[in-house]
Amino acid sequence: MSSETHDSALRRATPDWVWYAGVAAAAILWWLVYGQLIPFSEWVTSLFPVARDSHTGEAIAFFVYDVPKVLLLLTGIVFVTGVLRSWFSPEKTRAILAGKRQIWGYPLAALLGVLTPFCSCSSVPLFIGFVSAGIPLGVTFSFLIAGPMVGPVGLGLLYGLVGWKIATVYLVFGFTIATVAGYVLGRLKLERYLQDWVRELTAGPAGDLPEDSLTMVDRLKVGVGQVREIVGKVWIWVLAGIGIGAAIHGYVPEAIMLKVMGGDAWWSVPSAVVIGVPMYTNAAGVIPIVEAFLGKGAALGTTLAFMMSVIALSLPEMIILKQVLKLRLIAIFAGVVSAGILATGYLFNFLM
Amino acid sequence: MKTVRIYGPGCKRCAETEAMVKAAAERLGVDVQVEKVTDAKSIAMAGVMSTPGISVDGKLVHAGGLPDAERLDGWLSA
Repeated sequence: MSSETHDSALRRATPDWVWYAGVAAAAILWWLVYGQLIPFSEWVTSLFPVARDSHTGEAIAFFVYDVPKVLLLLTGIVFVTGVLRSWFSPEKTRAILAGKRQIWGYPLAALLGVLTPFCSCSSVPLFIGFVSAGIPLGVTFSFLIAGPMVGPVGLGLLYGLVGWKIATVYLVFGFTIATVAGYVLGRLKLERYLQDWVRELTAGPAGDLPEDSLTMVDRLKVGVGQVREIVGKVWIWVLAGIGIGAAIHGYVPEAIMLKVMGGDAWWSVPSAVVIGVPMYTNAAGVIPIVEAFLGKGAALGTTLAFMMSVIALSLPEMIILKQVLKLRLIAIFAGVVSAGILATGYLFNFLM
Repeated sequence: MKTVRIYGPGCKRCAETEAMVKAAAERLGVDVQVEKVTDAKSIAMAGVMSTPGISVDGKLVHAGGLPDAERLDGWLSA
């Protein structure tokens, strides 16, 4: 899948080995650059006429360290994910999930939600495609929640910026919420709150698309295309997120952070969710903020709740879903997912 | 005369796909009528789950992402 027409003739002439060698060279270069980020950022910071340990110095150091780091991580993750996901498609996932009414349909749907390539702009046709093929509503929700909630970009950045322990905690709980919320929504028998025209649809004609026969080089091209598209789209969110993270890192006193995002007050977790839901950004934009929060001593449970609500529950997506779900169902959906997020937040504030 | 339908809610890639189809048709000298389908219900009824999707003379040939230029030529000249 080439993304531009004018150079496709040229690329067709590129022999396979050039692609393999190019990817290998890029991976080595990536690794070398990634290893030099600390000296590089310290050097850049030293160019500014401010003391390194001043508020401004701390903020600048955070920014110039995080920008190349996040962009490198993002590029690597998106490429690898793009290649892996080229083995999956919504059509294949639908065929796997169709008729899975057993209990393990939920975790399976959550897993496929992470692996199947889909963008939020096609969540409505995807939703209809699933439901009309007889996939239970709850299983469909597990799929739709898991996709953004435990997306590889969020997990990879969390791993790179905050560490493997918290990334693992996030993975386990994000996955659990997607599974359990789907199960609960399924048990509530909410089919009557689908928009009427959706209920009237009987099994939609399964698109009789010919099976894609992609070569390995085709899959690498998919990865490159994904990098171009996604990094080209989210870099501005990344810069904004790191800017906010840098301001917090440099200027917000720890005492205030402990008071607002600490784990002692009962209201800290729900307010993190209330603030998080209307915030519309993606995982790449929010994780630098999370990094700064945790660095300043914010409670883990409160921070996890904030991050999950920003990533998994977004107002624009709910507005898109309004085409297929009645308002009541959207509210129940948001309520069940929020309950899972709140429970996770309280649990970790209690344990830590 | 071929009827090419492009299924998509109006995202950026849908517009790019439309441009690709028109450019390819012109280059191949194929007479096409391009229709855009943006309504969620119609998109779903056509069996498209990932957009943009493309159908040629009522037959779905592609769904999800930009089409490959070489294969697009194949669909249009078939």
